[in-house]
Amino acid sequence: MSQLPVLPILIPLIMAAVSLLLWRQRRLQQLLGVLGTAAHLGVALTLLQAVRREGFVVLQLGNWPAPFGISLVADLFSAMMVVMVGIMGLAVAVYSIASVDPEREFFGYYAFLQLLLAGVSGCFLTGDLFNLYVWFEVMLMASFVLMALGGERRQLEGAVKYVTINLVASAFFLSALGILYGLAGTLNMADLSVQLGRLNRPGLTSTLAMLFLAAFGIKAALFPFFFWLPASYHTPPPAVSALFAGLLTKVGVYSLIRVFTLLFVHDLGYTHGLILIISGLTMVTGVLGAVAQGEMRRLLSFHIVSQVGYMTMGLALFTPLALAGSIVHLIHNILAKSGLFLVSGVVLRLRGTTDLARLGGLYRGAPGLAILFLLCALALAGLPPLSGFWSKLLLVRAGLEAESYLIVAVALSVSLLTLFSMTKIWLKAFWGEPPAAAGAGEISIPGAARLSLFLPTAALALLTVAGGLLAGPLVELALAAAAQLLEPAGYVRAVLGGRT
Amino acid sequence: MELLLALLVGGLYAGAIYLLLQPSPVKLIIGLGMLANAVNLLIFVAGGLTRGQPPLIAEGALQPPVPFADPLPQALILTAIVIAFGVLAFTLVLFRQAAETVGIDNLDEMRTIDQ
Repeated sequence: MSQLPVLPILIPLIMAAVSLLLWRQRRLQQLLGVLGTAAHLGVALTLLQAVRREGFVVLQLGNWPAPFGISLVADLFSAMMVVMVGIMGLAVAVYSIASVDPEREFFGYYAFLQLLLAGVSGCFLTGDLFNLYVWFEVMLMASFVLMALGGERRQLEGAVKYVTINLVASAFFLSALGILYGLAGTLNMADLSVQLGRLNRPGLTSTLAMLFLAAFGIKAALFPFFFWLPASYHTPPPAVSALFAGLLTKVGVYSLIRVFTLLFVHDLGYTHGLILIISGLTMVTGVLGAVAQGEMRRLLSFHIVSQVGYMTMGLALFTPLALAGSIVHLIHNILAKSGLFLVSGVVLRLRGTTDLARLGGLYRGAPGLAILFLLCALALAGLPPLSGFWSKLLLVRAGLEAESYLIVAVALSVSLLTLFSMTKIWLKAFWGEPPAAAGAGEISIPGAARLSLFLPTAALALLTVAGGLLAGPLVELALAAAAQLLEPAGYVRAVLGGRT
Repeated sequence: MELLLALLVGGLYAGAIYLLLQPSPVKLIIGLGMLANAVNLLIFVAGGLTRGQPPLIAEGALQPPVPFADPLPQALILTAIVIAFGVLAFTLVLFRQAAETVGIDNLDEMRTIDQ
């Protein structure tokens, strides 16, 4: 039996423990951060290879057979997401070297960064619903600390809101788990898929589906539940913002996709119809919020919300093409959105502010940065040939095939508004004249710091370009992953191994 | 017994949500604690109540005599209690720090970062 699925969780956990022991050695911690995340990425790529070869890689922890013990399950979707965790971890670890202050490093910044990666990887790999809750909490705890670490006034205000809403969401999740266990007598996802199919209790099952939708919807920042996100994501250091923007809401989306393809597929018209409405409202409210903002990082935060709508739109349409679109959009969005947040961090470093009214003329001093921003922004808006174009193309085509013309119209007009608000940043921050106010000049960045800031930003921007130019293999992989998601029997067979 | 516990759980949820909606940070934290307890009791009730039947397998038998008390919800609750305790401790410190730094005791007024 392959031990591979446990490694993406184990490596960051060990690195976190070692980083805590080395709390006085900043340089060593930074080195460990980069090495640990690189190792994580390597293991994740190996896992993806193994999954592509075998379809599913399943590990029964402690050799307890499936419904009794905890299973770790890697299918194509989760393996792809773990690779994204690896890429994001490495990018943020490199970026942190120059952008996180020594005080935060002394208080365990790198340890909690690694714990966050362990938690997120655990969420993607677990095959047990209660275990998912535990990994959620690991991830949340690490994110609470990263959000509050440093203790700046605005950070603490953001953290209060973030912590409260996430604890309420966890309570929702746990309530749903309790009732689900009472109903089905198991929490192993594969076993649940079988038991819920046999159980003919449509009322209770739909109620549970709604509880899960609320719990994961809060984490994913779906329509009525998104207010916490723009209220908190712009407060921590840029490296942390980028990591949160890239990974945390995506865990909510991943859980939604997992639960609503594997467990709650009995009343598609009700559950997935509701998700479709919510997706449309999420896209619209998110982008309208973004258009109204005058601060770069807050504007980008609203865009996270709007983009989540696209991901759940694919889930709601529930066809192979639509789910593949969701998966490609998830991957594209992690890269482009984090890239944009990393750019905003460099802007903050150069000018000491990300307030659009006090920025301007950045193109003159930092043309390279401007081009990186442009690549990520246009990818986010979905201009060909960048990665965002292909995911939106898949989603729109799936929407037309399913004859859901309204959602297609919404998706297309929202991407127009996305382009509009990205142009706003471009015009106010990068183009035009630098403001005449005092202290508008650029703060110079030393060479080594420059490397640490620009290397990951450029890497993410280039990956979005690569995702666009080499869309063929990516879409193929996503289609295969979508096919796996839409056929729960394969998942069940892989985990339970014939026992039902 | 189940009806009584169900009423208690409902009451705890209602009280917790009422406290969560208050502007005072202290009441919010008490609300979060109550919410955790409500959820734990919910898992306990939803898992089914069986009195005086421990899940012990007699020698030679393959399963305990039915009906037996399911030990799994209790294991889940134990995990949830530990997590809730840790999170609540963190929340207390965070709110204290926030109250000292921001200097306001009213959550409705915490909006300087929303501009």
